[in-house]
Formats: sequence, structure tokens, C-alpha cells
Amino acid sequence: MRMMVIAAAAFAFNAHAANELKIGFLSTLSGPAGSIGVEIRDGFNLALKMAGGKLGGLPTEVVFADDTLNPEMGKQLAERLLKRDRVNLMTGVVFSNVMLAVWPTIQQGNVFYIAPNSTPTRISGEGCNPRFLSASWPNEGYHEAAGHYAKSKGYKNAYLIAPNYPAGKDATSGFKRGYGGAIAAEVYTKLNQLDYSAELAQIRAAKPAALYAFLPGGMGINFIKQFVAAGLSSEVPLVVPGFVSDQDIVRAVGEPMLGIFDTAHWAYDLDNDANRKFVAAFEKEFNRIPTVFAEQGYTTALVIDAAVRSVKGKIEDEQAFRKAVMAAPGRFKSPRGDWKFAHNGTPVQDYYLRVVAKDNKGRIVNKKIGTVLNDHVDFWAKECKMK
Amino acid sequence: MLFEQSLNGLQFGLMLFLLAAGLTLVFGIMDMINLAHGSLYMIGAYLMASFVQATGSFWVALPLALVATALVGAALEVALLRKLYERDHLTQVLATFAVILIANEVVRLIWGNQSLMLNPPAGLTGPVQLPGGVQYASYRLAIIAVGVFVALLLYFLVTKTRVGMLVRAGASNREMAVAMGVNIPRLFTIVFALGAALCALAGAMLGPILAVQVGMGENILILAFVVIVIGGIGSIRGAFVGALLVGLVDTMGRALLPIAFAEMFSPQVASNLGPSLSSILIYVLMAAVLFLRPQGLFPARG
Repeated sequence: MRMMVIAAAAFAFNAHAANELKIGFLSTLSGPAGSIGVEIRDGFNLALKMAGGKLGGLPTEVVFADDTLNPEMGKQLAERLLKRDRVNLMTGVVFSNVMLAVWPTIQQGNVFYIAPNSTPTRISGEGCNPRFLSASWPNEGYHEAAGHYAKSKGYKNAYLIAPNYPAGKDATSGFKRGYGGAIAAEVYTKLNQLDYSAELAQIRAAKPAALYAFLPGGMGINFIKQFVAAGLSSEVPLVVPGFVSDQDIVRAVGEPMLGIFDTAHWAYDLDNDANRKFVAAFEKEFNRIPTVFAEQGYTTALVIDAAVRSVKGKIEDEQAFRKAVMAAPGRFKSPRGDWKFAHNGTPVQDYYLRVVAKDNKGRIVNKKIGTVLNDHVDFWAKECKMK
Repeated sequence: MLFEQSLNGLQFGLMLFLLAAGLTLVFGIMDMINLAHGSLYMIGAYLMASFVQATGSFWVALPLALVATALVGAALEVALLRKLYERDHLTQVLATFAVILIANEVVRLIWGNQSLMLNPPAGLTGPVQLPGGVQYASYRLAIIAVGVFVALLLYFLVTKTRVGMLVRAGASNREMAVAMGVNIPRLFTIVFALGAALCALAGAMLGPILAVQVGMGENILILAFVVIVIGGIGSIRGAFVGALLVGLVDTMGRALLPIAFAEMFSPQVASNLGPSLSSILIYVLMAAVLFLRPQGLFPARG
């Protein structure tokens, strides 16, 4: 009899663990860069809502936490999500400095992390891990594509500017690999710097053939506004990754953005049914055009949905769940089109060339005009010893 | 490039001056350490953003934001700070630090977590051609103009008017001023409201260049304190010179040091060293001034 009670209790406990999905969503939701976290969150929530509040058939609770772009704060919040809220999966991080700071904590918590954004080379390359999978892009992907584009334009040199944090260095490294040409200068600014007057004066003095700027969120808004205000937009062609010219920045800067070329893994006018469904649902729900970040949040939720479904909710079985996540992209249609995971857990996907232009309703959008890289694999995947 | 960087330094310095002027008066006359000065700057910027949205015009919103922030400042002075004048500096620091935290949370409640973006007024979004063929952002030029104008206005106010005379009297010897029958409470409220309006002006003018966000006051507050220590507490002239010095040193350091280091180190190292050394430079400047002239460059008190 006693055995039966224990067995029943154990069964009840197990059943409970597999009957609910609790996701820790640690993101940057405030400050100048907070728009990025909000986009990812809204995309994620949209997919969750469209799935009827259940990912993979399990009732899903998402616990949100705002790291305010402070790695220390991120670490504490990750600890809280894992220990107090006992989440059984994590996602959400926007910035690579926060990602690298919280990654050891997440590893100790023995949960999977599905990246909706930051995928630092340090985690995708040599430091790859079976519990880290990215539904966004490897950090260097966008920049490598932008480098290829700059090369195709034949710019005789390029001036690089990026924030001084891990993804800033991944950005310049990726761009240089794709571009292969002369670098006029490589400037790193403080993360979340808002006044670029000193840097703009230097750029003017350097007279580069092209300027490559990776400054996401509020940094990009201010940089582009000040770039235009200083009269540099008529002197130096600006090339950016899609993060620096998407809707969050277009909404704030407006007309001066027209004509800027960028690279991205997704575009709002990408021609497939899953994308049309996503864009229409997002616009209806939030009354604005989605960004690449929103697509990443949306796809992240769909990856989790497909993986949890295929293991029938048993996400405790680590090997089975990893297999399920790796196979997930083949089980649903993502707005970005077909993609798959490389063995290091980063997406193998196309990167497009987009231009900021007006659509037929007169709205300023990023239109796809070509494909820069086909089925691009993370350069650093070769360093990953994982099978 | 040097010319352009000097203009940048001047623009930054003049905005610092607006903050430091109010701070130095409050510190000098009331002998009050007001850490919440930065919060008034933040509140000014937020009010500006709201008024711009409501009225649709930068130039209509600006005076509204100034007056509204001055009222907030006056209310703060009457309700809270007045009770702190007799206390020691530690109490004042603690109490005004509490005001910072409260102000941040209240702003978060009203305007939310997201930072607001202000745009420069129409007509000042592009560059202008300066003599010598240099292009410069017209809005930054407007900031310089406003800064110089306010500096002159303050100079006139302090040296040529009756209120200015009282302010100077209060700054150089408070007890004597009280003994001579100056209405100190009213003077203090006026000075504090004026300081708040200057904060709002700085917040409103810098809004389109920076971002209107919670916590924006704290970073700039430290620089404002450095400015008044360099310039001499209670001295408007000192605040002016100190602010320009700090603005120029900061901008020049940020612009020139990385170039100098780029010759010696890799770009990553140079970019790391440049900004940190340029921010150290400001404190080196302050230390040097403190060492050579402990009273600051233009002390208000003889």
C-alpha cells in the first residue's frame, strides 16, 4: 500500500513536470535598446497566442525579466528564473555581453536555451554546447552578408563602427571576412552611447568610400539621425546590417532612411505563405510592421512548439529533446522560409539584400531586392567539436 | 576636423553649463547638495517630449516644458528641500538621493520603460555650411546659440538686477544677507525654480541628440558636479568656464586619443583606452584644479 502511494506520488510529480512548460524569457526591455527586446517578446507572444497558449500541446507560462542591458543584473535574474521560478527552458537575451554573462548560470541550471537573437561566436564556435540552439542567426551572419554586398559594390575601402562589446567585434570580424578589402578604420564606441558627434567628425575627416555601422536599437536611431544632420549622408554611402535599419529605427528616423541598403535573414515582403500569415497577424495584433527581431521571437516560439510536440512534452530527456530541436525547423514553416540547424546549433539559412523604400501604401519598409548568401553556414561551426 | 570637434566640445560644454549653473547656485547660496538636480533634467526632457507630442511644435513646447519644470522644482523646494537646509550634508545627500529613486519610478509609471525619441524642430534637421566650407549639424549650432544666449542672460541677471544682487549676496555670505533683511525663503524658491528651468532647457535641447530615458540625469549629474568643483562653488562665471573646459576636454579626448593610440595598439585596445582615458582626463583636470586652487577657478566666496 505504501509503495503504491509513493508510486502514485512519483507519477503525479512526473505528470506535473511534463504537463506544463515554464519558459524564462530574459531580455532587454527598457532603455534605448529596449525596443529590440519588446519586438522579440511581441513576436514570441504572437506565436504563443496563435498556438492557443500552448507550445507543443503543453500549457505554457512565460516568465519575463528585464536585464536593462546590465550583464550583472542579467546573471541575477537568470538565477532567479532558474531557482525561484523553476523554469524548464530559457530564451530571450538580446545583447551578447548579457548572453555571455548569463550562459554559465543557464548551464548550471541544466536547461535548454533557444536563442531568439544574440548568438555569440564564443558560444557557437569552439564553446558550442548541446543545450544552446539559435533560432536567429550566428552573430557574424548578417555582417558577413553585408561585407559581400560591399565587395560587390566595389567600394575601395570601408570604415567600420560598432559598439565595444562581444557582438560588436563579431560584427567587424564578419564584415571583414565577407568584404576582404581595405579597412579605413575600425572604431568601437561605448555600448549604448547616444551622442556620436566626435565619431562623425572623424568619419568626415577620413573620407572613406563606404561606412559600415552596426549600432542596434537606440544607438542606431541616434547615429543615423546625427549622420544625416551632419550632412554626411550625401558624402559617404552607408551600409548597415538589417538590425540598424528595421522598423524600430525607421519609425523614429523616418524619411532620411530611404535608400539605405542592408542585409537580413528575413524581409517583411518575403514571398511565402508562412510569412504572409505572420506579417498580417503581427500587424493586426500590434498595429505596426514587424522587424527581423519580431520574426526571430516568432520563429523561436515555433521551434520550441515543434520540438516539445515531437517529444510529447518530455523535455527532461536531454538527448531526445536536442534531437527534436535540431529536427524542428523541418516540422513547421517559418516566415523566413526553409532553414535548418548546423551541427553547432546555429541556423543554416539565406541572407537577403534589402533596401529601405516606400511600399504601395506609402509606408517606409525594408523591401527584399536580392539574395546575398545562400544556405549560409556559420563560419565558426568548423571549430565546434560537437557531433 | 579640429574645428568641428571644438564645436562639438562647445555644444556639450554649454549644455553642461545649463545644468551646472543651477546646481552651483543651489549649492553656493543654500549650502545644499542637491543630487536630485539630474532628476529635474530628466523630468524636463520628459515634459518636453510630452508637450511636443501634444502641441506638435518644438518651439511651443519648449517654454511650456521650462515653466512646468520650474513649477515642479519650486514645489520640490517648498515641500521637501526647505526642511533640509538646516541639516548636515549627509542628510541632504540621502534625502535627495531618495528623490532620484522616486522620480525615476514615477517617470517609469507615467511614461513607461521605453525611452522616448525627440526630433529636432523642422528646419534644423540637416547640415549647414559654415564659413571655411565645413558642414555642421544645424541643430547643434542652434544648441550653441541657445547656450551662449542663456549664459549672457544669466550674466546680466546676476550682475545687473536686484535678484542677481541678492543671489550674489547670498552666495558670498549667507548670514550677512539674512541679517540685512533679505527674504531668504522666497529667494531660495526663485533660485531653485530658475535652476529647474535651466535643467529643463538642457534636457529639452539635448533630447533630440540623446534619448529621453529613465536614469538619464544620473550620468550627467556627476559631470555637472565636476564642473562646479572646477569652477568654484556658487560662481556662475566659474560654472561657465568649468563647463566649457570639461566639454572640450571630453570631446577632444574622445576624438584625438583613439587616433593617437591607433598608431600604437590594435583598434580594439585603442577604442578601449581612448574613451576611458578621456573620461579620466576630466578627473585629472579636476584634481589639478583642486590641488592648485582648492576654491575652484572663480570662487564666489572671498
